[in-house]
Amino acid sequence: MGIGRKRRAVALLLVATSASGSAGAASVGERLARAGNQNGATACIACHGEAGGGQAAIGSPYLAGLDRHYLIRQIEAFKTGKRVNPVMRPIADALSPEETEAVAAYFSGLPLPEQGLGAPGMAAGAVEARRLMTEGKWQQAGMPACVSCHGPGGQGVGTAFPNIAGQPAAYTKAQLEAWRQGQRSSDPNKLMQSVAEKLTPQEIDSLAAYLSSLSPAAPGTAQPQGRADGDMGGMGGGS
Amino acid sequence: MRRPAWQAVFAAALLVGSGWSAAIIAQQAPAGDRAGERFIPPAESAIPDDAFGNAVRYGRTLFTDTANRMPQHVGNALTCGNCHLDAGKLADSAPMWGAWVRYPAFRAKTGEVNTLAERIQGCFQYSMNGTAPAHDSPELKALLAYMYWMSTGAPTGATLRGSGYPTLEQPEQPADPTRGQGVYQEYCALCHGADGQGQQARGVQVFPPLWGDRSYNWGAGMHRINTAAAFIRANMPLGRPGTLSVQQAWDVAAYINSFERPQDPRWQGSVEKTDERFHNHQCLYGGTVEERRLGAVPLGE
Repeated sequence: MGIGRKRRAVALLLVATSASGSAGAASVGERLARAGNQNGATACIACHGEAGGGQAAIGSPYLAGLDRHYLIRQIEAFKTGKRVNPVMRPIADALSPEETEAVAAYFSGLPLPEQGLGAPGMAAGAVEARRLMTEGKWQQAGMPACVSCHGPGGQGVGTAFPNIAGQPAAYTKAQLEAWRQGQRSSDPNKLMQSVAEKLTPQEIDSLAAYLSSLSPAAPGTAQPQGRADGDMGGMGGGS
Repeated sequence: MRRPAWQAVFAAALLVGSGWSAAIIAQQAPAGDRAGERFIPPAESAIPDDAFGNAVRYGRTLFTDTANRMPQHVGNALTCGNCHLDAGKLADSAPMWGAWVRYPAFRAKTGEVNTLAERIQGCFQYSMNGTAPAHDSPELKALLAYMYWMSTGAPTGATLRGSGYPTLEQPEQPADPTRGQGVYQEYCALCHGADGQGQQARGVQVFPPLWGDRSYNWGAGMHRINTAAAFIRANMPLGRPGTLSVQQAWDVAAYINSFERPQDPRWQGSVEKTDERFHNHQCLYGGTVEERRLGAVPLGE
């Protein structure tokens, strides 16, 4: 994700100022989220938004309501370089294991954003993207549907498969490209690397846009239009 | 279950049982699945927008959401699509277009010639652990309409490339569920859970349970180690076929099928009699694992 340095600095300043006055009752996780720590971890909400809701303009994902274990694993992946990210790397390095746990618990406890961070409505390529989402691309490339692991509406399953509905299009696109290019290798069993390699650049664009338009929280938002079989079409065997 | 040579290690390690015959396992059919004519089913966008198309779409819906849509006929948490990927269209995943052109056919399992409708009814009885929908039910008609549609252009009577699951060569070492447990934990538990019960999200069974009350019963084809190994090797982990070695596929298939599951509906009054009559193949029905005999709970209890 590309984050404007200047913009972040301004945001940090504001956050630090406001947080210093009322940090007493906040949990460790919330204090970290709002003000960072003394070791160089900057405030999470500067980029990830107040209440962890993400910022589409800078391609920064929402963290609120994501699975706690998933968040912990991502911070660890930034540390080890399995997720190559020059912005997150120093922040992750500055978090102790306890702080990592605390800040992950804080964000996972916040409510999911109700609206997706992309443009609502159907962008170009939405029909194709929705097909990839609900049916995959088995015949041409052996690619499973997104929902077969990320669940109904792409809203996540368990601790391993995160909610992918409503994340900024720039973020999802960057992740799919990172998997393709080996810049993100923290996925278990290379599941996402394998998927990303089977997508064309156009499909990545349309899929990222489509996913960004979905609600992270509302049920049934990925319901394919004009089809009775629902957004889990092919949960069966993850088709 | 018949005790094949390849189970010697397993038998020594895990199975302390009576009723083991010393018979040699029947040889698997020679690998021929890769031969034959290639077939590609039509795109779903080609489903016609008329009454027939509606039946096709309804059939597809039933195929991929079976437990929810047909609760009166499904006794577990599975869908047809769990074992037939891409909604039954994927080569090497027992595609429906491969079956369509090969029925009616004589089946050793029933000892008679069955229509495809009867074959599907068998799936409901065993793989779905339920009761078969009637031949003239809207559900069975729709499933057949879907299968007919996806087989458009496929030559009747042909053995198409990718039909069934590709027969897997025998492992170098006897299939060993203890080794299989390690394979399971490394590759399978992520989705199917360490307890084999799959995972749900928002009330939907996203990953299917592999054993226990909510999975296929002891009469289903997948309880055979060779069938499960072939499916796994060709299709798992999802989207990454061929990840597991032949040995790993056999081992993990043995592990998955070394747990209890619903009784064989052809129950003969005792596990011994049922085993002897219906389980002369590569399976663990009637074996003893950790001092419990698999399949010993009578039908209906």
